[in-house]
Amino acid sequence: MAGLPFFLRKEVSMAFLGIDDPAIWSAYVLCIVSAVFCVVYGILNWEKGDEAVYPEDIKWVKDEKIAEEDL
Amino acid sequence: MNSVLYLSLIVIVYLFVIAYLGYYGYRRTKNTLDYLVAGRSVHPFIMAVSYGATFISTSAIVGFGGAAAFFGMGLLWLTFLNIAVGIIIAFLVFGKRTRKMGHNLDAHTFPELLGKRFRSSFIQGFSGLVIFVFMPLYAAAVLIGAARFIETTFAAVDYNIALLIYTLIICAYVLAGGLKAVMYTDALQGSIMFIGMATLLIFTYAKLGGPVAAHQALAGLVDKVPQKLVGLGHLGWTRMPALGSSLWWNLVSTIVMGVGIGVLAQPQLAVRFMTVKSAKEINRAVAVGGLFILCMTGVAFVVGALSNVYFVAHPQFGKISLAVAEGNIDKIIPTYINSAMPVWFVYLFMLTLLSAAMSTSSSQFHAMGAAIGRDVFERIIFKGKHTPYSVAITRFGILAGVVVTVVLGYRLPGSIIAIATAIFFGLCASTFLPAYAGALFWKGITKAGAIASMFTGFLGTCLWLLFVHQKESEALGLCNLLFGKPTLANFPWTVVDPIVVMLPLSCVVMVLVSLMTKKVPGEHINKCFKHV
Repeated sequence: MAGLPFFLRKEVSMAFLGIDDPAIWSAYVLCIVSAVFCVVYGILNWEKGDEAVYPEDIKWVKDEKIAEEDL
Repeated sequence: MNSVLYLSLIVIVYLFVIAYLGYYGYRRTKNTLDYLVAGRSVHPFIMAVSYGATFISTSAIVGFGGAAAFFGMGLLWLTFLNIAVGIIIAFLVFGKRTRKMGHNLDAHTFPELLGKRFRSSFIQGFSGLVIFVFMPLYAAAVLIGAARFIETTFAAVDYNIALLIYTLIICAYVLAGGLKAVMYTDALQGSIMFIGMATLLIFTYAKLGGPVAAHQALAGLVDKVPQKLVGLGHLGWTRMPALGSSLWWNLVSTIVMGVGIGVLAQPQLAVRFMTVKSAKEINRAVAVGGLFILCMTGVAFVVGALSNVYFVAHPQFGKISLAVAEGNIDKIIPTYINSAMPVWFVYLFMLTLLSAAMSTSSSQFHAMGAAIGRDVFERIIFKGKHTPYSVAITRFGILAGVVVTVVLGYRLPGSIIAIATAIFFGLCASTFLPAYAGALFWKGITKAGAIASMFTGFLGTCLWLLFVHQKESEALGLCNLLFGKPTLANFPWTVVDPIVVMLPLSCVVMVLVSLMTKKVPGEHINKCFKHV
């Protein structure tokens, strides 16, 4: 038992947010942490990633518009 | 009767607003090069919420919310993957390259991207056909989710009529220009979804005494788990099912992995990245997208699980959600909303679901039509030449897609939404993901390697569903017809989702075949990876 990861050890009781199964509350926490990561990443890179417009980008937009209007 | 009248009025006003926004968005982008050359760009909020509204549908809220009422809060692992894979990896890793490569190759659909990357009409046609044939399963799941809510909200409306009502609304939406995937309509729908789901979480936690008290009350229901489910590995709604049990495999392999990973190879989502002006918009959209998904599936899964506490404590019900919904998990969320929430919220939630369903349905029907018109007929029959016939076939494809989807909506059994969605997502992952990832990131992948991987993933998944995975093989009946038994395998394989076996297998096949076959010419590789 001692060699198993914590979420497989049945005898461990680590209630958090009223949930005693670490495999559940860790999912709950990870959901929030990953969403916070998204926000922080977005803010830190808010002004990064500008790209030049190439002829192929313009051609793509023109062709997409034609396909939409045909439909 | 009054409630039907009020709701009809609300829905009609809503449809008019959507139609106006569609027209407004169309006019704004009438000059084709506006948003590229004149420096205009789609606001990151609109891009992210539009992507999220296409991704999240009634399937996620009603179907998987109901699954959470059955399995418990373990479904939150799917929310984690929805954010980690569906937003972070999809946007930052796949999205940026998909955009550049799509523009370099002038590809406008997912099959066209693969076909042009590998210079193979067969790959484009085959991918289009897989999408056209199997996407109705997912589209039907979205349709059923909306119809179940209408059915539960109005006692006088039965499921068949509800399905018809929703189909008419979708047809009106499509006719009003919903197919143009105008981001403004999606953004309005996404905003309504955001408000609706946030309100649902706050109401539910408030009703049950706050997060900790609500979770503790749910944990306290462990003795209410039916004996049959205990035998399958159910340990309560705040615990994962017993490791390796039937329910554990079902939750982890089908629900969490199938949908969590399958999102990367969803044709209607991948093309969204091509419409973005630069990587900057993608960076910004990550911030909104992560919060949006948390607020959608995170709320649906927590509320779904907690509905058990509400129903058990309620004197009118006094039993768990599954029993209240008479075994049909697709009815749990609609029943909960209708009985636990105030009337005004039922109306708001109706619009939330309508928004969730419409934004997804329209992109699904668009993907189906383009798959058969542009990818199969135009590419294979007309040898890549754009003709008026291909437009007509695309329109016919959309119509056929709607008809097949509605027929499936009538014919599919109860508790099907999450399963049908997971089957489609898993099939897409095993068939397309290795070749798609290889196309974007590995210059050494060959046309033969991509074809071999797609065949392995597709045929392997179909055979697994027909002869191994018992839930489907039993329902489809071919295994019983040929071999006189419901499945050819033994436990645990009978409950292991095909994605667990077929995704790694198709990756291995792709690498091995690519190493043994003719490389793609250097100049084509340079074209694909220009500015990447």
